[in-house]
Amino acid sequence: MMISIASGKGGTGKTTVAVNLALSIPERGVQFLDCDVEEPNASIFLKPRIEETVSVSIPVPRIDQEKCDFCGECAKICAYHALAVLPKKVLVFPHLCHGCGGCSLLCPQGAITEQDREIGRVEIGHSNGIEFIQGKLNVGEAMPTPLIRVIKEKARRRGRWTNPASVTVIDAPPGTSCSVIEAIKGSDFCILVTEPTPFGLNDLILAVEVLKKLQVSFGVVINRSSMGDYRVDSYCQENHIPILLRIPFDREIATLYSQGIPIVQEKKEYIEDFRQMMDYIQELLPT
Amino acid sequence: MKQILIISGKGGTGKTVLTSSLAALAKAAVLADCDVDAADLHLLLHPVVKGTQEFWSGQKAVIDDGQCINCGRCLSLCRFEAIKALKNQDGSLKKIEIDPIACEECRVCYYTCPVGAIQMEDRLSGLLFISETKYGPMVHAKLGIAEENSGKLVALVKQKAQEIAQAEGKRWLIIDGPPGIGCPVIASLSGVDLVLVVTEPTLSGIYDMERVIDLAAHFGVLTKVFINKCDINWDNTRTIEEICQKRGIEVIGYLPFSEEVVQSLILGMPVVEYSKGMIAEEIITLWKKIEAIFQKEGKS
Amino acid sequence: MKIGITAKGDNLDSEVDPRFGRCKYFIIVDPDTLEFEAIENFSIEASGGAGVQSGQLVATKEVEVILTGNIGPNAFQILQSAGIKTITGASGKVREAIEKYKKGGFKPVEGSNVNSKFGVLEEKNRR
Repeated sequence: MMISIASGKGGTGKTTVAVNLALSIPERGVQFLDCDVEEPNASIFLKPRIEETVSVSIPVPRIDQEKCDFCGECAKICAYHALAVLPKKVLVFPHLCHGCGGCSLLCPQGAITEQDREIGRVEIGHSNGIEFIQGKLNVGEAMPTPLIRVIKEKARRRGRWTNPASVTVIDAPPGTSCSVIEAIKGSDFCILVTEPTPFGLNDLILAVEVLKKLQVSFGVVINRSSMGDYRVDSYCQENHIPILLRIPFDREIATLYSQGIPIVQEKKEYIEDFRQMMDYIQELLPT
Repeated sequence: MKQILIISGKGGTGKTVLTSSLAALAKAAVLADCDVDAADLHLLLHPVVKGTQEFWSGQKAVIDDGQCINCGRCLSLCRFEAIKALKNQDGSLKKIEIDPIACEECRVCYYTCPVGAIQMEDRLSGLLFISETKYGPMVHAKLGIAEENSGKLVALVKQKAQEIAQAEGKRWLIIDGPPGIGCPVIASLSGVDLVLVVTEPTLSGIYDMERVIDLAAHFGVLTKVFINKCDINWDNTRTIEEICQKRGIEVIGYLPFSEEVVQSLILGMPVVEYSKGMIAEEIITLWKKIEAIFQKEGKS
Repeated sequence: MKIGITAKGDNLDSEVDPRFGRCKYFIIVDPDTLEFEAIENFSIEASGGAGVQSGQLVATKEVEVILTGNIGPNAFQILQSAGIKTITGASGKVREAIEKYKKGGFKPVEGSNVNSKFGVLEEKNRR
């Protein structure tokens, strides 16, 4: 089964929940996908051994200046303005290109072919028996979704997805954009991580909107639950959203986080909490 | 008018908490919330909306079922998995559908449909608000779910805020920036006089801070670092100081972890107004330092 | 000979628009006779690639020089390929910038002076 972990904004403890859940259920055969490709931070905690690196590219146009008659059609149809046609020259701006293939398809002279341009890398490895896959978007690139698609494709090929006993844990990017949706899409369940403050509530409501749109079942983890008010609780109650787990604020946990150490590695009592959360999720899902 | 942008790379470092407090201290300021994906500044500043503007951006492909002949050409050409075929029980093609979320607005299907069954339609992708707070005018926005072009909306928020600041002769424009290092952050950086990077002494905080400092340096903007929750891990706080020293960036202030901050959030007010002690003092000192930067500049 | 100037308005008394890709108007002017044409720049509404579109527009206007505040790398590359000289740092009224240009007060630049995305500011909303 596939469980994604998301939040309306960053810094709520999304990676903490994902990592500790993955480490608490070793017997299930866990696959961990870090889909937060702009800021992949799970490897700080899981310290995986990377065994394979895959370059991810998008196809960008290459102009055959011999065949080109400078008609300007490609520049006209390009929705991203990645091409400029001058009276005697065509210029390509690969960083603006989204790789849709429209120009090569529609060039009346057949003067456009495509070549690959790397936008990031997907790394595959292992950590404590967990199969680990993460994507890293190159700095300055604006398209995270193709990278997320490759991460999920690699995971699917490795087969554990189809095994109902195994669990694929997805650390999604924060927010409500397309990349979040690409990461969550296809999940059996989504865990939304929030904190009991007005900020946490505001961002939780945004995340809930996303999940309703995607029609994925979800529950909430309240992080730093001992510091705050009850508005998140009341919201969940009113909207019949299950609260899966509360992680109280604890200076020790904050310190462990700052050092890149998973909670369950030092505070074993939490293993049971995450295992119970997993059982609870399973109960919530239709069989 | 001087523009101060508060960013962090990583979410949850205290960017908005600090922005709201600076807003309370600045007086004669216009406030802008450029975190259009998950705006939070309004929770502390309580703006009263005076004007709303629609944000139309982009065009998504829409299919007319009546004209579609199910030829499947768009299906094979779309590279973004945005076109889906619904099958009948016998496996034959029933209907073609476009997933607006996956659509990248490239228009390939629109150009290539042999019967002209696909149209590109304008979409309302967000709202922009011009408001009044007790600390001054505020411009903020809300981007719809799964909408892109947030960089464009950020630019619009900033532009409106600049216009108001100029028209009303305000001295400061204080901007709560978006998280990350992508297009919206780049849009929020343009024309800024000072970037305040709020970080925390965690490994992910440091990692993201470095990426965001690189970005600000790339644009040649004066950058200062503020370390929040500095007592969570002193070793990492030292590491941040060393990184900043190497890059010639001043660490302009510190705040320890404090329950006062959480309490002020719950009451929905800037912590500088809630705190009676050291937290408020530290933020006041920070603001004096910021004022001094521009006073010096004014004299020289 | 004609020169192009990025402007906030459609006449010689308008302010020079410091942005190239997202300027409001291009004023195409003969610096000697001051005869001019104002072209509205629709790239202002582009969500990306405004510099590319604007560069392309100017390249068709047979100007020798462009006067603007700042120019990004994409647009600069287009103007360079089209054999148009770029001058940055222009400010004040369009008329004054032309005067300064005639007196030789500007030097063409060797490269773009800002990163792409500078001045992603002005946006007009439809409807």
